[in-house]
Amino acid sequence: MFTKKQLLTKGLLSVAPHMFSVIPFGIVCGAIGIELGFSPILVYAMSIIIFGGASQIVFLQLLSGGASAVIAITSVGVINSRHLLYGAVLSEYLEKLSFIKKLLISYLVVDQGFAESNKFFKKNKNEPYLHYHLLGSGGTLWIFWQLSTLSGIIVGSFVPEELGLKFAVPLTFIAIVVQDLKKLDHVIVMITCGLSSLLFFDAPFKSYIIISPIIALFVAALVLRLKK
Amino acid sequence: MTWSSIIIAGIITYFTRMTMVALVDRDLLGERIKAVLAYVPSAVFPAIIFPGIFINDYGTFIEMNDPKIFGAIIAILVGYFSNNVIATILSGLFSYWIIIFLL
Repeated sequence: MFTKKQLLTKGLLSVAPHMFSVIPFGIVCGAIGIELGFSPILVYAMSIIIFGGASQIVFLQLLSGGASAVIAITSVGVINSRHLLYGAVLSEYLEKLSFIKKLLISYLVVDQGFAESNKFFKKNKNEPYLHYHLLGSGGTLWIFWQLSTLSGIIVGSFVPEELGLKFAVPLTFIAIVVQDLKKLDHVIVMITCGLSSLLFFDAPFKSYIIISPIIALFVAALVLRLKK
Repeated sequence: MTWSSIIIAGIITYFTRMTMVALVDRDLLGERIKAVLAYVPSAVFPAIIFPGIFINDYGTFIEMNDPKIFGAIIAILVGYFSNNVIATILSGLFSYWIIIFLL
């Protein structure tokens, strides 16, 4: 059995390697906001209020491009709707928490934290304080997201665009799923999702980001049925 | 105006995080659905990976000889055999930079 502190540390360490992508992406995110002409306070406040990298960029790009607030807000909602899936997976492990604790820890559910904590949860189902792992992973990501978007706002234009730092984002997610390439069922689901995302890329409100997982999960259900 | 939009977007985003954790009783989900949920990482992350590689900043497809494809292949190989997140990210970035800056 792990203590709360051990779980917190494990959570922190599990997402630490992802900082090689989170920090550059955060800097780019802050820099883009300033570049598009928004006030530094506003750009930074998004990191606290929305706390979702890709959706923050899309929101500002849409507004600066003249889109209506409704369209910008809808896009953020659609892009972030994938958290519903993360929550559905995590709820198994967070079931025993009080309602208030559930409300608080939900704020820290983000991609990499969900991915790494979920990997840990699957192997340690019976630990009593599992949520401390999520607190460690999500909390670490939150702190570094704040610091890196803030640095992007401050140093902004000094980051050369030629570096293509946004490329670190697909790489960090490759690192998360790459070991599942050893399982054929997962490979089928991944390819379905990936191809759907390219096919539906132009769908309104960036909805490819939730359409393709839904298609991939239907395929997963089919695969499960065939496996039996 | 922009401020109120951010706050609404933030509340919606918070609900996407909180709804399934705090509001929906897990017993409502059947066994079949729970089994399918095990595929969530594999079903979600490629929707971030594929467009991040194959579609450029202007929303169009990249050429087949784009350095990002090479970087991604290196990252997949390194990740698959090393099982190391830092090695995966850095190998992908460095191989991408080597092509765009040196070749």
